[in-house]
Amino acid sequence: MQKIEAVIQPSKLDAVKDALLEAGIEGMTILEARGHGRQKGHTEFYRGREYTVDLLPKIKIEMVVRDEMADKAIQAILSTARTGKIGDGKIFVSKIDDAIRIRNDERGPSAL
Amino acid sequence: MHLRRLIRLLCVLPLGCATAALAQTPAAPTVSAGDNAWMLTSAALVLMMTGPGLALFYGGLVRRKNVLATMMQSFAMMCIITVLWALVSYSLAFGTGNAFIGGLHNAFMHGVSLAPDPDYAPTIPAQTYMIYQLMFAIITPALITGAFAERMKFSAMCLFLTLWAIVVYSPMAHMVWGKGGFLNASLGGKIPCLDFAGGTVVHVTSGVSALVCALYLGKRVGYPKEPSPPHSVVLSFIGACLLWVGWFGFNAGSAVNASGLATSAFVNTHFATAAAAIGWAVAEWIRNGKPSALGAISGAVAGLVAITPASGFVQPMSALFIGLVAGVGCFLMVTVVKGIFGYDDSLDAFGVHGAGGTIGAILTGVFATSVINPVYGAGKPTGWIEGNGRQVLNQLAGVAIAWVLSIVGTLILLKLVDMVIGLRVTREDEIEGLDVTQHGEEGYDFGS
Repeated sequence: MQKIEAVIQPSKLDAVKDALLEAGIEGMTILEARGHGRQKGHTEFYRGREYTVDLLPKIKIEMVVRDEMADKAIQAILSTARTGKIGDGKIFVSKIDDAIRIRNDERGPSAL
Repeated sequence: MHLRRLIRLLCVLPLGCATAALAQTPAAPTVSAGDNAWMLTSAALVLMMTGPGLALFYGGLVRRKNVLATMMQSFAMMCIITVLWALVSYSLAFGTGNAFIGGLHNAFMHGVSLAPDPDYAPTIPAQTYMIYQLMFAIITPALITGAFAERMKFSAMCLFLTLWAIVVYSPMAHMVWGKGGFLNASLGGKIPCLDFAGGTVVHVTSGVSALVCALYLGKRVGYPKEPSPPHSVVLSFIGACLLWVGWFGFNAGSAVNASGLATSAFVNTHFATAAAAIGWAVAEWIRNGKPSALGAISGAVAGLVAITPASGFVQPMSALFIGLVAGVGCFLMVTVVKGIFGYDDSLDAFGVHGAGGTIGAILTGVFATSVINPVYGAGKPTGWIEGNGRQVLNQLAGVAIAWVLSIVGTLILLKLVDMVIGLRVTREDEIEGLDVTQHGEEGYDFGS
C-alpha cells in the first residue's frame, strides 16, 4: 500500500478529483492548506501598510492506494494538475504499514 | 355591506371629533408631526451608526481573535452611556449652568418632558431632543475604542469611557450646543463657533483623545514588525455603508427639524462623502498602484467626518471640495504621517476623526454662508467667503479648546484608571486574544 500526498493549486481540485475517480480511486481526503515552494507571494496594502503574503492557499489531497494503483493515481494527478508554471505543486509517495476499515475491522489492502 | 359602511363611519368619526376639538382649543406652541417624525428617525439612524455600523467597521479591521471584544466595546457604550445620560450627563451637557458646563437641574430626566424646549428645539418634544443627543453621546466614546483596540481591558475601558463622557464630552457639548455655552454660535456664546453636527464635539474630541490613548497605552505586541491585517474587510465595508446612511441622521437631523436646512445638510453630507472616497481612492491608486476597498470606505468616513461641522452651513459645491480635501488629507495622515511618528492608533481614530474633524472645522469657517444658514441673522456674513474672515479664527479657537480639553481630560482619566485597575491586558492575554480572555467567547466557530 502506498500513500500519495499531492499539494496542488486550489483551482485544479475538481479536475484532479474527477480524474482520480475515473482512474478507479474512490477514497481520498482533501485538506485546505497554505504554503509555497519557489513561488513568490504577493503584497497587500491595508491603510498604507504593506503586508507580504507568502503563505498561499493550496489544496492537499491524500490517498492510500494498493501498490498496483499507485502509478494510475499519479498519472491522473499529473495530467490534470499541471499548468507548466511555478506553483503547480508536488506529489509525495510513501509506504503505508497497515490500513484498517473502522466499520468491520478489515485490514490490509482489502480495507482500501 | 352594512358592516363595511359601519366600519367606515367609525373610522371617520374620530377625525371629525378631533377637527371639532382643534377648532375650539386656543393656539399653543405646537409639536410639528413632521419635525418629530424626522428627529425620531434621525435618532434611530445615529444609533445605527454605532450599532452595528461602527461595531462592524472596527470589528472587521481587527484580527479574528479580537472581533467580538471590539464589537462589544461599541455595544457597551450603547448601554452604559444611555444610563449615564438618563441619570446625569444629559443635564451636564444641556442643562442650564454656566458657559462651560450645565447644572444638575435635569438629572434623572427632571424637567425633560414631552413639551418642547424653546431654546433647543421649539417644534419637537424635549425628550426627542434628549434622545437624539444621546445617540451622539454614545458614538463619541465608541469612536475612541479604535485607538486602543486589541489591547485594553474591558473593565478599564468601561470605567475610563464613562468618566470621559462626564469630564470631556459633557463640557464640550455644553460649550458648543448648550444654553449659554462658551462657543455656542446660536445661543450667545462668547466665541461663536460653527459646528453644525459635532465636528469638534464628537470628532476632534474623540480623535485627539484616541491619540492620547494610543500613546499612553503603547503599541500592540509585535507592532509594527508583525503584520496584523484586517480579518474581514467585508465586515468593515458593511459597517462603513451603514455609517454613510446613518450619518444622514447625524447631520441632517442636526437641523432639529424637517426643513430645507435638513435638506441642505443631507445633500452636503452625501456630496462630501462621495468626493472624499474618490479622493482617497485616487491618492491610493497613485501612491500604491491600486485603489483598495478599505481605502475607498476609509475615504468615505473621512468625508463624513469633515462635513459634519459644515453640513448645515455650506453650499453643495463647497461640500464637494471639503470632502475631497478630507479624503486626500486623511489618506496622507494615515499612510505617511502615522508612519513617521510611529504611534499605534490601531484603527486610525486620530487619523480619520481627529484630523478629519480638524480639517472640517476649519473649512467650515471658510465656506459657511448665510444663504444656507443665517445663524448670525439674515444676510449677515457668516464665513470667510462672505467676508467674515474672523470666523476661521473662532473655528481655530474652538478646535484648540477641544484639543486641550481632550488631551488634559484624557491623560488625567487614563492615569486614574490605570492606578485603580490597570488599563492594558497582560501580554499573554493580548497574544491569545481578547474574545477568549475578556469575554470567554469566540467570534466564529465554523467547525460546529
